[in-house]
Amino acid sequence: MLELTGLHKSIGGNEILHGVNLNIRKGEVLAVLGPSGSGKTTLLRCLNFLEKADSGSVTLLGSTLDMHTASRREIADYRKHTAFVFQNFNLFANKTALHNVTEGLIVARKMPKAEAEAIGMKALKRVGLANKADSYPSQLSGGQQQRVAIARAIAAEPDVIMLDEPTSALDPELIGEVLNVIRQLAEDGMTMIIVTHEITFARSVATDILFMDGGRALVQTDTKNFFEKNDNKRVREFLSSLNERMFLNENDESNKKNISHAHRGGPSHGKRSGMRKKRRRK
Amino acid sequence: MNQRLADILLESFPRIFTQGLLMTIPLTVLSFALALVIAMLCAMIQIANVKGLRQAVRFYIWLIRGTPLLVQLYLVYFGLPDLGIVLPAFPCAVLVFALNEGAYCAETMRAAIESVPKGQLEAGYCVGMSYFQTMRRIILPQAFRTAFPPLSNSLISMIKDTSLAANITVAEMFMTAQRVAGRTYEHLALYAEVAVIYLIFCTVITRLQAFGEKRLARMNGGDVIRA
Repeated sequence: MLELTGLHKSIGGNEILHGVNLNIRKGEVLAVLGPSGSGKTTLLRCLNFLEKADSGSVTLLGSTLDMHTASRREIADYRKHTAFVFQNFNLFANKTALHNVTEGLIVARKMPKAEAEAIGMKALKRVGLANKADSYPSQLSGGQQQRVAIARAIAAEPDVIMLDEPTSALDPELIGEVLNVIRQLAEDGMTMIIVTHEITFARSVATDILFMDGGRALVQTDTKNFFEKNDNKRVREFLSSLNERMFLNENDESNKKNISHAHRGGPSHGKRSGMRKKRRRK
Repeated sequence: MNQRLADILLESFPRIFTQGLLMTIPLTVLSFALALVIAMLCAMIQIANVKGLRQAVRFYIWLIRGTPLLVQLYLVYFGLPDLGIVLPAFPCAVLVFALNEGAYCAETMRAAIESVPKGQLEAGYCVGMSYFQTMRRIILPQAFRTAFPPLSNSLISMIKDTSLAANITVAEMFMTAQRVAGRTYEHLALYAEVAVIYLIFCTVITRLQAFGEKRLARMNGGDVIRA
């Protein structure tokens, strides 16, 4: 359904992505894994035209776009079929939860207000936040904000949702609620591309894994294959480093939170390094 | 206080105050409204990075901020007639005040817009909105909340700056006070009186500002930092 070929992207003279390919079929959940700095987030941002690629093409539902030369109108049409969930939520700060969900429907899709609000309430119910419809983002916890962001993403019934590290800006105890919502979407057959550090989550929810390293998509394979039969050296190193860290932390019974850190790639690769990466990009 | 002075003050107070309502306030409101339009345009041109126009805006801001308001008033009112451009005093004052304040407010607005996180625009794109739709519905309302206190500052300072219009024969509050002072030789009393009237006007604006800030905070669901 979505196919990306030959994506190249440089930022400030540094080539971040060296010709990345990926494809995803309807109903699949593709988890993008890999060490920090491997270009996962840039890949996803290019895929929704938040960053302009240097070259590459993307085919969605049979129509192909040149990622470097696509016009504003073509990008807008493409985005009608996609939705994006950001690491730091990016809810509209001046809108209530419900209006965050309905804004795009009313403004971009010209839907009548009543209809949009009915859809919005349904979407909020789906993420378990119907009771927070009138709350502003600043009145919600991080986990709730991300669930509203997911409601906003599903409201327009996109063909594919892209999620950029949806839980890495969250406190450990809030991660579960967001992951459960995503898991539910996967079970409902939503096509998704998820950049994540939550290895165990990826293993249980994703149908396919794309492994990135140094700006290249080294492996794309089904999940079972990836975790059990993979003979790629870098993948094995990556997985064994995670296992080591998980093992170390599991021995440390004094603090259970560390375990969830380990799932996200260890304390040193957690929320902080992600934030720093963001800032550098600006 | 002797009887004569009291009579002068009592007699002049309503005159000066009325002149404030009839001249100073319309002059301020008109100029400030125009200034906001200019500021909005200039800020948007800079944010959207419109080629060519952006340089023109930077030049305008540089020129206005680099020259005194009083000089600008003289230049337009007394200077331009040499080129055959003669403007009546009041429109001339409105024009100069609007152009002057517009340059300062443009910077306020630009800063306020730039203070809205980039992610808000990206989120707008991702739900299918265009640049201008996102600007109008998401970015500008948030920016306006940030810009509101400094813009109120500008408004307050403009009320007082309109006293400069007395120099180009606009009979506003200050000129009215000057005339009474000149006639009665009660300079201290009259200038103190007009100062109090300016203070009254500015107090009203300050109150309105507090009210406006509360409303904007509510509309954004935002909490404010309070110790």
